[in-house]
Order: sequence, then C-alpha cells, then structure tokens
Amino acid sequence: MKIDVMNLVHNYSTYKVLKDVSFSVDSGEVVSLLGPNGCGKSTTIKIISSLFKPVSGKIQIDGRSIDEIDPVDRAKLIGYVPQYFTYSSYTTVLETVLIGRTPYMSWSVSDEDLAAVDYALRSMNIRDLAERQINELSGGQRQRVFIARAIAQKPVFYLFDEPTSSLDLRYQIDTLTTMRDIIRRDNSGMIVALHDLNLALRYTDKVVLISNGEVYDAGRPADVLTPKAIFEVYGVKAEIIENDKGRFVLAYE
Amino acid sequence: MAEETSINTAYAKMHGQKIAVIAVTVILLILAMIFAAASGSVYIPPSDIISVLLNSVIPGISDNAVNENTAMILFNLRLPRIFLAALAGVCLALAGAVMQALLRNPLVSPFTLGLASAASFGAAFMIVLGPIVLGSLYKSTAYIFGYTVSMNSVLMIFSAFVFGWMSVSIIYLLSHSRSASQSIIILSGVVIGYIFQAGLLAMQYISSDESLRDIIIWLMGGMWGASWQAVIILFPITLACFIIMEMRSWKLNTLSAGDDVAKNLGINVARFRIQGLLIVSFGASACLAFTGVIGFVGLMAPHICRMIIGNDNRYLIPCAAAAGALILVVSDTLARTVIAPIELPVGIIMYLIGGVFFIYLIVKGRGAGLE
Repeated sequence: MKIDVMNLVHNYSTYKVLKDVSFSVDSGEVVSLLGPNGCGKSTTIKIISSLFKPVSGKIQIDGRSIDEIDPVDRAKLIGYVPQYFTYSSYTTVLETVLIGRTPYMSWSVSDEDLAAVDYALRSMNIRDLAERQINELSGGQRQRVFIARAIAQKPVFYLFDEPTSSLDLRYQIDTLTTMRDIIRRDNSGMIVALHDLNLALRYTDKVVLISNGEVYDAGRPADVLTPKAIFEVYGVKAEIIENDKGRFVLAYE
Repeated sequence: MAEETSINTAYAKMHGQKIAVIAVTVILLILAMIFAAASGSVYIPPSDIISVLLNSVIPGISDNAVNENTAMILFNLRLPRIFLAALAGVCLALAGAVMQALLRNPLVSPFTLGLASAASFGAAFMIVLGPIVLGSLYKSTAYIFGYTVSMNSVLMIFSAFVFGWMSVSIIYLLSHSRSASQSIIILSGVVIGYIFQAGLLAMQYISSDESLRDIIIWLMGGMWGASWQAVIILFPITLACFIIMEMRSWKLNTLSAGDDVAKNLGINVARFRIQGLLIVSFGASACLAFTGVIGFVGLMAPHICRMIIGNDNRYLIPCAAAAGALILVVSDTLARTVIAPIELPVGIIMYLIGGVFFIYLIVKGRGAGLE
C-alpha cells in the first residue's frame, strides 16, 4: 500500500506552518521527517493521522482520499503514536494495550484481540509485564506499552510523533530497531518525526527534510543529509564521517 | 518462559475477578435493601418482607400471613424510599464515573459541573416564584398514576430537572465550537455553577420564611419525597442511562489514551463526549429533582470502585452504580434510625461513612496511583 501526501497547506491562525508539503511512503518503508522545531513535522503527522484537516491539500491511501474512508476502517490503516502519553492509573498493561483493538471490538474481547495484544507485547519485549499496573512501570517501560497499543491496532502505516525524544539513547535505538523489524516482517510502513540525524541515517529508509513548512529535499538518508542541506535547514555546520560502522553526522557550530 | 500464563488465561482471570467484585457489590446491595426494609420504628422480619414482596407480584403465593399494618408500612413507606435511594445512588454514581472518564478528570461529578447548583436554583425558583407567577395552578392538585399529588411538588421537581439538565446543555453550547475540549467543558461547568449559585442566593434572599425553609430542606437532600410515582418515573430513566453507557463503556476507555489517540482509533471524540454528558446528566437531574441535593456519592462511589476494580469502564460502571446505591441505601437507613424517631439528613451519615472508608483505602495504599 502507499500513502501520498499531496500539497499540504496549513496555518495556526496567522502562522503558516505548512506551505507545501508532498511526499509518499510505501509499505515496507521507514520514513523519517526531519527539520528544526516548528518546521511542521508534528502538524504533518497529525494531518496524516486525521486528527484535523489541512487548510488545503490531501492525503491518499492507494489513490483513495482518507476523508472518504470510514473512521473505523481508517483506524485499521493508520496507527498514531503521540509525542506525549496520557493514561489512567488502576489499569493493567494488558488493558492498556487492548485499547488499540477498539476498531475491531465494541464490548467483548475475542481470541483474535488477545492474540494481537500478545503479539504486540512480545514485539516490544514486555510480555512479562502484561498483568502489571501501568503506574508501577518506569518511563521507558511505559512508552513501550503505548507503542504496543499501536501495534495491537494492526495498522498498515504507523505514525510516530517523536515518541522517543525524551528517552535515553539505548531506548531510542531499541524502539527504532524493533519498529524497523516489525515494518519488514509485516510489510507495514512507518513515518516517524525525529530530531536525531544519526538515528535517521541509521534506521530509516528515506528522509523527508522539512524547512519552513516546505520539503527541502527527500530521498535516501545518505543523499539528503549533506553538510550543505544541514547548514541550510538547521543553520549549523556539520561534517559527515564515514567509517566501518556507517555514516555519521557530526554537527559542530 | 515455558510456564508463562497465556494471555487468554490472564485475561480470563482478570475478567473473573472483576465480575466477582461486581457480584459481591450487588449482593451487598440486596442485603442492605432487605436490612433497610426491616429496620425502623417497627421491626419487620426479613421473612415477612419476602412474603409481602412475593404476594405483591403473584397474590397468594406465600402462605405466611403478614399483619396488614406491617405490609402497609413496608409497601407504602419503606420500599419506595429504599428504591428511591437505590435509584438515586445508581444515577449519581453512574454520572460521576462517566463524567470522570469523559473529561479525564478525577474531580468532576454532577456537582463540579454545575448541575446540582442549577437544579437547586430550579427548585428554589419554583418554591419562591411559583405561587406568585402560577397562582392557583401552583396550589392545585393533579392525578398521576391514579394518585392525587399536589401540583407544587410536581412543578418543583419539573423545574429542578429542567434547570439541572439545562446547565449541561449550556456547557454544550459553549464548548462545541471549541471542539469540546475537556478543559473548556470543566471551566464552563464551574462557572455555570457559580451563576446558578448566585441565582439561588437571590431566591433565598427574597423568599418568605416559609419558602426559605422549603429551600433549605431541598438543599439538604433526602428521601423524604419518596413515593411509588417517583420510583416509577426514575426506574426506566435510570435503566436506560445505565444500559446506554454500559454499551459505550469500551469507547469510554479509549478516551483514557487521550483525545488524539481516541480520534485515531475511530472515535468522534467531541460528539461522544457531549452525548455522554447529556445522557448521564439527564438521569442525574431527574434523580436530584426528587431527592434534593445529594452530593459526594457521585464523586466517591466511582473512586472507591476504581481502587478495587480498576479503570476499565466495562466493569467500573456496573460496580460504581451498585456501590452508589449501596452507599445511599445504607446512609439513608442509618439517617432515619440512628436517633429515631428523629431523622437526620442523609448527607451527614453519607459523608461520614464514605469519607472514612475512602481515607481507609488511601491509607491502605490502594490510593497510591491516584493521579
């Protein structure tokens, strides 16, 4: 399947946050949205997740506008993982992840729902926490629970709004590795807003570099993330270092 | 990992435990209702209560000969009162549980959202201005379900209900242009509460001594207005509100993940939130109209249950409803028996019992996760 993001324009009152953003994502691909704070990454992710409508432009899935898709069917195609998480205490991990099954259930829980929850918990390596209370977990464990909720939703495309940015390095790498494996295994797709250019270089198949509400460049990470692009978009000088572990961005000024 | 319990087993265990908690609460409620029917100035043995109940359903089924007087006390005085307390408990606890989930705020209840102030204003408005504006109609009588009732109480109940429900409708009008975000709803509710509070004070200020007394009694709340008519009106309303919200309980759970995630999961959050508020407020306004102001149970019953049964609204809603009824039935029975023949306002007992139990739960550590 394929998502086409076509000429998105959006403003918050008078501030033009998106001027013209277009790109596409195929299933099997991990795509990172990069750009400085306020460039429109989050807005783009939220528009694709149908949280609100853009001023103009549209989102298509396999040529069909997402506005025409019933919200429940859309929920089976697009799973959104927010930047900040909300949850209620006195709830177990199992119950929290089960919420991801909402598009498939209305009151009673089927074996299929539980199997999906089991798969999600195992994918995030938290199967042993299933019966624990969510407020007893550490921040990192809790984030895994919320990502597991999106996996239980079984969407074709995952949309991550910088959900790892407040976590330590080990956790960020774990999450991106796990998600990349899931994307490959299930032939799903992922769009993730990121701040760390090195994570983008290493774990994503394609980057969309956004600057002032417009796509500066999109393509393979190594082709897009050049010292010139980094300087023009972020305003910092950077060097690309290549060794036997791969390519790295070293920003210095 | 060989002996790890399967997810189905884990879920079944959790489900079983929660159903057991609900069953225990319902059994306690039934026992409390029988205890309530037995106690009072005349003690009625539970066997007689069961005979009277059975005979009222199928005449002559029980051969236990019960004194006519006893049957009269039970049927005309105690039972309507017990049922009214139970129905009010269900409606208020249901409203509290649903409002707390819809607005993701542990402090909201029919009181914080201004509903009680509005209903109080409605009652006071009719008590004070009814005789002046409506004249002889206010003092006349009407026939409802074959009973003669005085028009003034019908009008007061109606006015309390209309204003109570209206307050939530005003919140709807204020918030729907702002996509019904929870902070706008809560703020509007609090402010509307103050406005009606001002109206209530004005009514009290201009009222005659006699009307003032009626207003104060209404504000204290209680089951004094119990009658079968009240029960017959409230029962279908309560049942309908309960069934509708129980059917929506899973959607209610999705709101705990935040509005954005709920929207992504296919829920029309703004519409769902407003509909839910209007539904539970309808039931709560209807009950308050008959009982006067009964606070606390709407706030506390859901919290006490949350600590025991968890936050899954599929189980929380029935548990809170039964617990709300239990708290009100027990409190009302104690209120009318502790220093009989004097009746205490039900609130005094309820705040004491509920408050102490709640503190116990917090001290015991079950409240550690109250965030």
